[in-house]
Amino acid sequence: MSLIDIRRILTQVEDTFHEGGPRASTPLRRGAIAVVMTNPYAGRYEPDILPMMDALQPVGIDMAHRLRAAMDVPVERIEGYGKGAIIGAAGELEHGALWHVPGGYAMRELLGWKGDAAAYKRGESGGGQAGNALAIVPSTKKIGAPGAALDVPLTHINASYVRSHFDAMEVRVPGAPKPDEIVYILVMSTGARVHARVGGLAADAIAKWDGLR
Amino acid sequence: MSAQIRKIVVQVDEVRREMGRDITPPTRRALAMAVIENPFAGRYVEQLDALIAIGEELGGLLGDKCVQALGITPAQAHSYGKAAIVGEAGELEHAAAILHPKLGAPLRRAVEKGAALVPSAKKQGGVGTAVDVPLGHKDAAFVRSHFDAMEARVADAPRANEIVVAVVVTDSGRPLPRIGGLQVSEIVGQDGLR
Repeated sequence: MSLIDIRRILTQVEDTFHEGGPRASTPLRRGAIAVVMTNPYAGRYEPDILPMMDALQPVGIDMAHRLRAAMDVPVERIEGYGKGAIIGAAGELEHGALWHVPGGYAMRELLGWKGDAAAYKRGESGGGQAGNALAIVPSTKKIGAPGAALDVPLTHINASYVRSHFDAMEVRVPGAPKPDEIVYILVMSTGARVHARVGGLAADAIAKWDGLR
Repeated sequence: MSAQIRKIVVQVDEVRREMGRDITPPTRRALAMAVIENPFAGRYVEQLDALIAIGEELGGLLGDKCVQALGITPAQAHSYGKAAIVGEAGELEHAAAILHPKLGAPLRRAVEKGAALVPSAKKQGGVGTAVDVPLGHKDAAFVRSHFDAMEARVADAPRANEIVVAVVVTDSGRPLPRIGGLQVSEIVGQDGLR
């Protein structure tokens, strides 16, 4: 039986026009996609869980494309990203950690990173060209009951230290995860917090293109 | 006065499998929410006409957002529902003014026809409060397979002076309906009930 058994997909897109301050000339758009699937390792300790990491690669790519389509903006407009996982009670946190490579790689590929996926999987840089989506994809994970909310962090796709783009988006799927399920999540945003004004590295001051500054 | 909108949130919930069974085609429910300023927060106002007008505006806006998110034609919509969450400085009657007098007509235009009553729920709440939006078939309220509800909430709303207005449109009923009653194939669609 395939390791991938998707039960449900929830997408959410939200536009923020202001938060008590001046109305933004371009509203901030943030999107999340959550896929609810069976946890093939629920209820037992499985030493070798890496096959699931491979199986999740096409799922991640499909989710990234679906999310971009739901947000209805060109790829060049995506400026922030993040990922997360909520593991049902019969699973373990490590099952959520399987999402680090396929989730991050999928968004990086969509947003312009053209490195070596196999090398990236081994923990090497993968030789991605200087350019888009070099910043580490921030993440959170937790064990949760059905309807549990996860605050998924967001940072700038090109430089982790861009202060205006530090944000988080609360994601939850009413009714999921059941004990033997996992919710895998990707989030993307089109810009800075709507009233960003606390200084620090600005997006137009990114200079090193090393994923950090 | 038109609605002062701070945020719009659109969700699509797609169920592909339930209890180990494939759902073909998947059931899909779209939820559109607007976070608006409550023009009457913090005081008692007798005439609620401004909120009634806002309800009319949002019925079309949110109904269209749902249909667009589902990628369907208006005629392909199956069921609908509406709800509002009023922030702490408002009153329940503010939700009633938005939901009941004029929201329905533009929503019905968005889904074509809509002979049946639009089921609704309302409550007061703080930031992150959830409301379960009741759902019923748009042309025949007695269609049992389409009785459902969808949870709606915005993580950072309503602030005290805000109202969250939610509209749900689906292109399907529950994933595995099997408790009988009036079927979609038996809809007459005249009186809104059967």
